[in-house]
Amino acid sequence: MAADDDGPDTAGGASGGGDGDLLRAPLVIEYPFNRTTGPVVGAFVTALRNRTVLGIRAADGRVVCPPVEYDPQTGAPLHELVEVSDTGTITSWSWVDRIREGQPVQSPHALALIRLDGADTAMLHVVDAPGPEAVSTGARVRIRWADEPTGAITDIACFELDGGAS
Amino acid sequence: MSSEPDRSISTMPDGLWTQPTPSVPVDLGDDPVRRQVVPASMRYDYTPGLATTRFLRGLAEKRFLGERCPQTGDVYIPPRGVSPVSGLRTTEQVEVGPKATITSFCVVHIGFGVNAPPTPFVSALFLPDGAAVSLYGTMGEVPHDQVRIGMRVEPVWVDDDQLTTSMENIRYWRPIDEPDVPAEQLKGHM
Amino acid sequence: MRDVAIVSVAQGEHRRAAGELNEVEMVEPILREALDGVGVTIADIDFTCSGSSDYLAGQAFSFVMTLDAVGAWPPIVESHVEMDGAWALYEAWLKIQTGAADTAFVYSYSKASPGDLPRVMSRMLDPYYVGPLWPDSIAYAGLQARAMLDAGITSERRMAEVAYRNRESARSNPNAQVVGSPSVDELLAAPMLSDPLRLHDCPPISDGGVAVVLAAGDRARDLVERPAWIRGIDHRIDSHQIGARDLTSAPSVALAAQHAGVDGAFDVAEVHAPFTHQEQLVLDGLGLADGVDVNPSGGALAANPMMAAGLIRLGEVANRIMDGSAGRGVAHATAGHLLQQNLVCVLEGGE
Repeated sequence: MAADDDGPDTAGGASGGGDGDLLRAPLVIEYPFNRTTGPVVGAFVTALRNRTVLGIRAADGRVVCPPVEYDPQTGAPLHELVEVSDTGTITSWSWVDRIREGQPVQSPHALALIRLDGADTAMLHVVDAPGPEAVSTGARVRIRWADEPTGAITDIACFELDGGAS
Repeated sequence: MSSEPDRSISTMPDGLWTQPTPSVPVDLGDDPVRRQVVPASMRYDYTPGLATTRFLRGLAEKRFLGERCPQTGDVYIPPRGVSPVSGLRTTEQVEVGPKATITSFCVVHIGFGVNAPPTPFVSALFLPDGAAVSLYGTMGEVPHDQVRIGMRVEPVWVDDDQLTTSMENIRYWRPIDEPDVPAEQLKGHM
Repeated sequence: MRDVAIVSVAQGEHRRAAGELNEVEMVEPILREALDGVGVTIADIDFTCSGSSDYLAGQAFSFVMTLDAVGAWPPIVESHVEMDGAWALYEAWLKIQTGAADTAFVYSYSKASPGDLPRVMSRMLDPYYVGPLWPDSIAYAGLQARAMLDAGITSERRMAEVAYRNRESARSNPNAQVVGSPSVDELLAAPMLSDPLRLHDCPPISDGGVAVVLAAGDRARDLVERPAWIRGIDHRIDSHQIGARDLTSAPSVALAAQHAGVDGAFDVAEVHAPFTHQEQLVLDGLGLADGVDVNPSGGALAANPMMAAGLIRLGEVANRIMDGSAGRGVAHATAGHLLQQNLVCVLEGGE
């Protein structure tokens, strides 16, 4: 949660002092997580593999997407998955200039909250856009599907701007 | 594809960790996703600190450099800059070993990791002469059923041109021709 | 309820990278200063609780190693939270409330410099829906800033004013990392770092820590002239699903403030708002009257050691009560992304 090394205070780092050169070594830590999905997340990512998006109906009738097992407000178990659209609206966004390993689009793009048509909550994903001036809250977007789906959120390769903004 | 046996959450006792089974409006096919392999890899530029740097530089010279607790006089190795007993900063470096005594050992029949020797092998704790705590390592040049607590040993180093600032400088430890240390003398170090 | 007070606070000089030190070496002088400050040793402490995260330095069970700096022998009564130290303080406060302890030692720290912190921070997000996208923490915070800008409840200028005020305040904070600020107009002329956030909207990456001694009743009065009494403390959490949250308010701040007894006049407030737009959300949630001195330390915008910046806020308020410059203060700590989880503590001088 912080500005990076181009920050206003880049001082610090190695100060060997009288103790000789500081040793450094690259350290890579890998967590090979193998997670059970449970029935709700499992249905969602299975549907993504089939290029379909599911939400779930909350106690107050709203559709939560991506779906959750329990009502975000009341904690009541939820039962009714519903299909939502592969198009939606940006509800908030920020621009990502510095690309990091693992991010779905390996060029500058928008990180965005997207409310899919038919859903009442927003999902986080990325929007492949030419620059921040092309992106706006309220803009319409459409899913670009991954060529080789695996049953994961990354089966949505990214979103792309869908014609003109609203 | 994912036909391996799966302990789904719904097999937990009723009322404990049950999850609702939702109705699904689309056909999910015969092979719904039950598991996800989600690797997370992170890269760090690790620095070991002042005291551990001194220790690692000593290893490159085949020396064990511990540091002394200013309160108890005990020498800790590998040092991390403070005495784990008093919490006080250690300032005095003390060379210990390289001769050592086995304070505990284990005959390992299951190998873990790429660096593990062929099984069975003996992993052990080696108390360098003059130190208060033991270093971890493996035994060589002795049948595993002849390893014992109190056994006197010395490190076998890699060739000089292979020395780095790493514990990997020690290939293994081997017995030396000295009488065993009685267990009561190892009290407090095991 | 037992009267419990903060009686000693120490924090190191926060900096971008304490590269030459390991975590134990980094925290040792801080722990020592907090204990020495009230003339106690670890043997006088009934309960020790720390806050840290192994992910930050890439050091498994790092908190076990930093216990070396406590001098945990003979074995001490000890606990740890993978949270900001403010939550470790909460656990210690509870322990004292149970009567099982009269004194407690609380510390927290991080050495985040070895890793890519904005990337590491993504690992605390939903592992199914969000984690695989690897959103960095700055762009993630930008979603909240954009929501507030779109709603018209903040502006880029107002955010820059927050940055300017905090970093100018940090001039009087000897522990601060980012001290002083260009003018608001100069800040606004800078390019975007992660639109809508500029560099000044973001906290620095800091290595550092903080340690606090708590004591109950007469024990506190014995140790210091003016204990900083904890009059109320509470913490609340909002959903981690930011798509289901209204990002333009912080209900968990308001609830925690209500349950901590935040009302009436305060001399000082220290709020843990790592990004400029968040300060306003926290202040709105606290519902403070005008005239409160907000973040005289410079807040998290001046130094933001992960896991410690929240407990530092409590320490900064306590210091002002103990030195007599404030009579009553409120401190806030946050954890998670986008003010997801919030702790509020009311501190007072007096008997």
